Amino acid sequence: MNSPPHFICTPFSLMACQGLASGETLKSLKAESETLRKKLEEERKKLHDVELEKVAEKAEALGELNMKTRRTLKGHGNKVLCMDWCKDKRRIVSSSQDGKVIVWDAFTTNKEHAVTMPTTWVMACAYAPSGCAIACGGLDNKCSVYPLSLDKDENLAAKKKSVAMHTNYLSGCTFTNSDMQILTSSGDGTSALWDVESGQLLQSFHGHSADVLTLDLAPSETGNTFVSGGSDKKANVWDLRSGQNVQSFDTHDSDINCVKYYPSGDAFASASDDSTCRLFDLRADREVSIYSKDSIMFGAASVDFSLSGRLLFAGYNDYTINVWDVLKGTRVAILFGHENRVSSLRVSPDGTAFCSGSWDNTLRVRQEGRGVGRELKQGGTTLYG
Amino acid sequence: IGVEAKMSSKMPSSNNIAQARRTVQQLRIEASIERIKVSKASADLMHYCGEHAKYDPLLMGIPASENPFKDKKPCTIL
Repeated sequence: MNSPPHFICTPFSLMACQGLASGETLKSLKAESETLRKKLEEERKKLHDVELEKVAEKAEALGELNMKTRRTLKGHGNKVLCMDWCKDKRRIVSSSQDGKVIVWDAFTTNKEHAVTMPTTWVMACAYAPSGCAIACGGLDNKCSVYPLSLDKDENLAAKKKSVAMHTNYLSGCTFTNSDMQILTSSGDGTSALWDVESGQLLQSFHGHSADVLTLDLAPSETGNTFVSGGSDKKANVWDLRSGQNVQSFDTHDSDINCVKYYPSGDAFASASDDSTCRLFDLRADREVSIYSKDSIMFGAASVDFSLSGRLLFAGYNDYTINVWDVLKGTRVAILFGHENRVSSLRVSPDGTAFCSGSWDNTLRVRQEGRGVGRELKQGGTTLYG
Repeated sequence: IGVEAKMSSKMPSSNNIAQARRTVQQLRIEASIERIKVSKASADLMHYCGEHAKYDPLLMGIPASENPFKDKKPCTIL
């Protein structure tokens, strides 16, 4: 199950392939695991001197939020499963259960490109950093890259390039800091890093004991790591270069559907079928906040942070989006509008808007609707921005 | 092409030992990382939010004149 891939054999895995060292038995190894697990728990506990919520009592309270839907993107014939923003802050790529992948201009709501994949359930899609290509995949077990042509009539499918090949469905994909490499996650329990040009596997990541459902790359300033979440209820942090699993978090009670880094790279949030979202601090090496309510009983599918990291937007299977105060742990808004599950949610690259994709076949772009946040008074009249 | 990683349910005994050894190695790595106190981690998270809040359009709002998503409408004088 966790056997190393054929042509990448690190010293770590070679050692594991050898026979028993003297004095070592299966029993002694298991005993040592237990001891180490207990030690980990103790170490984490020692540093748990206060709750984030308590420290955050000093933080300024958030004013009332007023999120407004600015655009509704209609055109998919079936459930929207995934979406991603282009770095230009206006284009969006989205993928659907019916095999269609659409590139939208969110300002005008025009569809700029459309591709029909040779598979249904396109569960993952991503925009290339250059804005010149998109990647997508799903039940075909692959991740394919489509260069976007300026000629809207050109057949995108003709230039398609198969990059990643897994042995089960593709659940997530993202370009790294260039158009040249793609990181993928799969139902086969692995994540992998690929060279786009050659399709070569550069590194694979083994450690989850069930489907990997989501991944997110650390902000480029914080170094070469990524976090993945799986059906094994674990969130794992990986070193991109070595393939090593450097940290693991297992406090969720069910599948982790989405993971996203906090903007500083020092933490990440997760959304789970256990109906909670959580915040894990990487330097404290533990869960530091849980975003939940007794009234929220359906799974959380997708999360993303606002630019400052103060707000966490989370889309749920009960069709709502809850907005959480990341520091204080309280819910600050509930957003209605979608008529089915919210499957995917992302804040735009400049933080001015966020887009949600839903099983109701639409995408919605929303913003804070207060204008500059305060009424502007000029003379005796009140002008609303 | 690509990785053939089979999630096999039948594990011969040598694989069990390999698996157990991998688990021990993994836990050793995780146990050895340097950690900071939650108080320090929390302070840093709060500091980051504080520093960036004024530049957060979903928190602060955006002037209509600078907002490409806002339809240009005449102001309502009340």
